[in-house]
Amino acid sequence: METIICSRLLLALLAPLVGSIFVMLTGKNPNVRESCSLVAAVVTFSIVISLTGQVLDGAQLYYNIFNIVPGVTITLRADAFSMIFALIASCLWVGASIYSMGYMRGLHEHAQTRFNACFAIAIFGAIGVAFSDNFFTMYLFYEIVSVSTYPLVAHHEDEEGFEGAKKYMLYLTTTAKGLLLPAMILIYVLTGTLDFPHDIYSGIFSGDVSSALVTMLYIFCLFGFAKNGVMPVHHWLPGAMVAPTPVSALLHAVAVVKVGVFCTTRTMLYVFGVDTMSALNLGIPTAYFVGFTIIMASVIALSKDNLKARLAYSTVSQLSYIILGVALLTPAGISGGLVHIANHAFSKITLFFCAGAIYVATHKKNISDMHGLGRKMPFTFGAFAIASLSMIGVPGVAGFITKWQLLMGTLQAHELGIIVILLASTLLNVGYFAPVTFKAFFGKPPEDEPYTGIQEASMAMVIPLCITAFVSVVIGIYPDFFMNFVKAVIG
Amino acid sequence: MDFLIMNEGFPLLSCLIFLPLVGALILLFLPGEGLARMWSLLVTLATAVLSFPLYTGFDPNTALYQFGEHKEWIPSLNINYTLGIDGISLLLVLLTTFIMPLCVLGSWTYIQKRVKEFMISLLIMETAMIGVFVALDFALFYILWEAMLIPMYLLIAVWGGPRKTYASIKFFLYTLAGSVMLLVAIIALYLHNDYSFSIPQMMGQDYSLTFQIWVFLAFCLAFAIKVPMFPVHTWLPAAHVEAPTAGSVVLASVLLKMGTYGFLRFCLPITPEATHVIGPYLLFLSIAGIIYGGLTALAQSDMKKLVAYSSVGHMGFVTLGIFVLNKNGIEGAILQMINHGVTTGALFLCIGMLYERTHSREISDHSGIAKNLPIFVTFLTIFSLSSLAFPATNSFVGEFLILAGAFSHNKIIAGMAIPGAILAAAYMFRLLQYVLFKGPGRPDLADLNMREIATLAPLLVFVFWIGLAPEPFMNVMHSSVDHLIEQVNLVKHVAESAPIAIAMVP
Repeated sequence: METIICSRLLLALLAPLVGSIFVMLTGKNPNVRESCSLVAAVVTFSIVISLTGQVLDGAQLYYNIFNIVPGVTITLRADAFSMIFALIASCLWVGASIYSMGYMRGLHEHAQTRFNACFAIAIFGAIGVAFSDNFFTMYLFYEIVSVSTYPLVAHHEDEEGFEGAKKYMLYLTTTAKGLLLPAMILIYVLTGTLDFPHDIYSGIFSGDVSSALVTMLYIFCLFGFAKNGVMPVHHWLPGAMVAPTPVSALLHAVAVVKVGVFCTTRTMLYVFGVDTMSALNLGIPTAYFVGFTIIMASVIALSKDNLKARLAYSTVSQLSYIILGVALLTPAGISGGLVHIANHAFSKITLFFCAGAIYVATHKKNISDMHGLGRKMPFTFGAFAIASLSMIGVPGVAGFITKWQLLMGTLQAHELGIIVILLASTLLNVGYFAPVTFKAFFGKPPEDEPYTGIQEASMAMVIPLCITAFVSVVIGIYPDFFMNFVKAVIG
Repeated sequence: MDFLIMNEGFPLLSCLIFLPLVGALILLFLPGEGLARMWSLLVTLATAVLSFPLYTGFDPNTALYQFGEHKEWIPSLNINYTLGIDGISLLLVLLTTFIMPLCVLGSWTYIQKRVKEFMISLLIMETAMIGVFVALDFALFYILWEAMLIPMYLLIAVWGGPRKTYASIKFFLYTLAGSVMLLVAIIALYLHNDYSFSIPQMMGQDYSLTFQIWVFLAFCLAFAIKVPMFPVHTWLPAAHVEAPTAGSVVLASVLLKMGTYGFLRFCLPITPEATHVIGPYLLFLSIAGIIYGGLTALAQSDMKKLVAYSSVGHMGFVTLGIFVLNKNGIEGAILQMINHGVTTGALFLCIGMLYERTHSREISDHSGIAKNLPIFVTFLTIFSLSSLAFPATNSFVGEFLILAGAFSHNKIIAGMAIPGAILAAAYMFRLLQYVLFKGPGRPDLADLNMREIATLAPLLVFVFWIGLAPEPFMNVMHSSVDHLIEQVNLVKHVAESAPIAIAMVP
């Protein structure tokens, strides 16, 4: 394995941070401020793109920033695994910053400077998590994401907003301080290092650590990264729905929840390692455990009439796909899980973008009020339809690749129960997504309110959601771009 | 004097001790309040600059006491003027000299009456505090230890808030009660050591376990009150709430460290066997302090009380680190002493600045001020994050090392401290939520001026410096901590018979 010291990693990390500083400084002039956001997003994305070639050639890029104590450093690393997340986070930030311009201006939201600055810092955290070389760096940026998204959740500063934000903080800091912190320190005490190894198999534990202790640490990590939305630590996520929709899109599709699953899977594969996890039989029980989350969250989603709430529970369910895939510990299972980080991101952000566009255009939040709206907003609901097909896992759209790989992984692991979970979940997905699109296009508008004067939201919103929907199709038909990274991870 | 590396040439430590004192004497004859402020700032800055060669000239590869000075003082009682610093006291001396100019700046407009007397008290305070950290003769140490009491008492009793009399008397009585026990222990050691007050010579002696336990308990009471450890902490919130800003900062940043410094300098090396016997109980008191401080801080509506109770929790972490008796724990504890000085000092300065504007310390009176005081709130947010041990800030490194030491000592005890870390996040985020968001804001308030920014900015630098690159701070303590652990483990085999020994204590 070739290792290269590369300062571009630091640039990719600093670009969002510098962006947020410029946003704060230019807050008085909205046009300049939003250009700063957009420029930072484009710069970040370009730097990340520029790293792909070397990583795909099999190199691992490093950059050491600070040494804290022996064995604990702040070091960046770009390998195939981190590239999957860094690419989607930086790419979707470009889309989201254009979209949020349209959304925030369309609704004349207050405190847009704070909003944009915190948004950029959250991406800074997400990029940091993606590029972290050790548990400590990952924990640092994980916490930065928690803190920087708090003002975003509380954005409306009303009772509901504070309630949601309080719950958000309560869940995320309690789990981070109560489970992750002791887990990290114990790993350090037991092994003397927090650095991730180069491959997914070896892990960092040597044979002489008691298996009960390793199992306990594993459980701490699984629930400690509460951003992964595994039940029962998922409650923060629906609570955070009070945020403006671009935040929900960021929170529930890209930065926050993906940081959660990325950290979880990074820990499973690079701290514990496939060998240790198989030896201690941690994989399959985890798969069944998150299988419960997949089914339960889908059932709850069925009962929600508020579109964003339904999407939130759909996210809870879909995140567990990623963990389930990795927990199978078979090559196809791990590929399915990891590639779903990308597939879910593009599809789910489309769905949230659509929900926001519908809200800006009509101020409607509930699905039951959207009958017949599709004919007035064909692009928005068309994109919604494509993205929901991807969630369901229909061939030709991104989600299918995931389902295919996951089913293959399940068969490799000989776990029939998991197949039942996956099939049941697919049916439930159809159950809660199909009616939305169907009613929007074929339902009758209410008699008293024939949607006169309603049209598509502004171009700044419609174009990004069409693009993300389009990308969902492209990576469904040509999945190789992300699959190459996944193959490199499995090695 | 084999424990001392004598200082060649310029007597740096003596200068550091006497410069503020001479400054205070000259201040007596200076007219005018403005001049008094300028002069005190000048003197404290000069002391800070003068202390810098201590760091650059310090040899981190030896555990011996450096910059040593030795003069006979009262030969008939064998009391000497012996000074020296090692890796444990170096950073504390630097913290003291560094924090004092900020205290003067922080009281610039806060103190309106008897400015000159206030500054004189502060300068005398500085002399005594530096002296305590560098004294290597127990009589000298005790004199300086007591000397701190009077200016601190005056700071609270004259310039304090509405309940200043109650708070100052309580502070005085508690601390004096501890000091009396300290004096008894010192005299007992004096008699046992052929009438010598030399602290380094008292270490590593062959005292009986019973003697050690009594001495340890006497030390422990004095230092535990100073730290303060649960359950002898009750003087602290009262004193903090009533003290003026500079008083709170001195109290939190330096005075509390005297207690933990005492544990490290005296309890561990002089009475190692007793440390092994009684230390485990102190671990539980530390845990109790961590949890109790956190829970009580969560219930406060007064910002100063909140920070005061958070201090009880933070100092609980420090004593936890000390009594796990391993390298990570003790180094973490020393670093956390510095961190607490930086962060809590900064928080008290912040609250003082707010108090000058609103004359209130209630959280609810300051809701939503982020809109009106963005610079202030940025500082407050960063210091609050540092206080809750956010990664990449100073306190995280200290807490990490302490917990690493605790986990390698005993996983259950370390696990019991974790709720304290959660509580720290809870009360600090609660404070921040009010200050940042809830409420209408206060358009009548002005943001920080240049003097106030200059007061807080240096502390901000240290928050991130220690948080991201702690090596310059850690390097100086390695040898001394190794030596200390050797000293405390020298007689470990005796400790295994500890239960019998405890039974023998009447």
